[in-house]
Amino acid sequence: MGVFKSLRMNLGIWLSRIFGKKRARIGIYGPPNAGKTTLANRIVKDWSGDGAIGTVSPVPHETRRAVRKEGLVINANGASIHLDIVDTPGMATKIDFREFMAYGMSEEEAKKRAKEATEGVIEAIKWLDDLDGVLLVMDSTEDPYTQVNVTVIGNMEARNLPLLIVANKIDLPHAAPSRIKAAFPQHPVVQISALEGNNLDELYNAIALHFG
Amino acid sequence: MDLISEEKLNRMTSMEKIRLILDKVKTGRIVVLESGLTPEEEVRLIEMTMTEIRVDEFSGIEIESYPAKRESSFVGRLLGRNSSKGRMTVIGPANQLRTVEKDQYQISTKVSVGD
Repeated sequence: MGVFKSLRMNLGIWLSRIFGKKRARIGIYGPPNAGKTTLANRIVKDWSGDGAIGTVSPVPHETRRAVRKEGLVINANGASIHLDIVDTPGMATKIDFREFMAYGMSEEEAKKRAKEATEGVIEAIKWLDDLDGVLLVMDSTEDPYTQVNVTVIGNMEARNLPLLIVANKIDLPHAAPSRIKAAFPQHPVVQISALEGNNLDELYNAIALHFG
Repeated sequence: MDLISEEKLNRMTSMEKIRLILDKVKTGRIVVLESGLTPEEEVRLIEMTMTEIRVDEFSGIEIESYPAKRESSFVGRLLGRNSSKGRMTVIGPANQLRTVEKDQYQISTKVSVGD
């Protein structure tokens, strides 16, 4: 990114902080199957009453195109925050079509899905340049110290943009959100179950605090 | 396996580093970078990897690194960007390099040959 573009963007951030930001564009990121779309659907339902913006599936890379929902107003923590949320495809460093065949897909279907999944990862990366902040969703039953998580966090830190880690799936028996807190102590972590709707008030308060 | 020194990496542009890594990894080599990549370079490497995935030829990379060290300067703060110094990074073909365990202090990987 050029120096002048970077300077102009940063000036914009300062001015919006001083005079009040109109609307923040927040990306929902994370590895495949972390629960990004489940969370996006939950936020949209809670604050607009609209239906799901994406399909949820146990098969990885179900979301292969970024979906933006504009104009959400979240009232939390004594404030109103206007948001656009962007549900992004799962980030990955490898995509093997055989992984999809294990879910019962034909070889042809699996190859098509793999191709679309690679395009989805590129789209998710491109969106990083157009965001004001990120909700990084992690599966609390999995090891948090993955390269996808490290890379997304590193990029947000380099851009000096706010990041909120969402430790999802705390309803599952082997969930250990404390591992996520221990792995990334420099960032706020909110523990939720997007599927069951647990602890969402705390998430909305944190969104208002960090992105407002 | 190729261990690439910090001196060599410092003389290369981001694109040259990414091209070097992908060319080596696609021929089955494991690459260890002494000083790693910046977060921006890492994300560009993932992006380039996605464009080069081919069915039955190349399914992507396994990459593991420690979080980059942040270095904040006055100019960086003015521009809203922190400079980052990459740390040791291991990269290999996804079908040959597998991460066994990783934490803040240690990366354990398993390398399979002839897959």
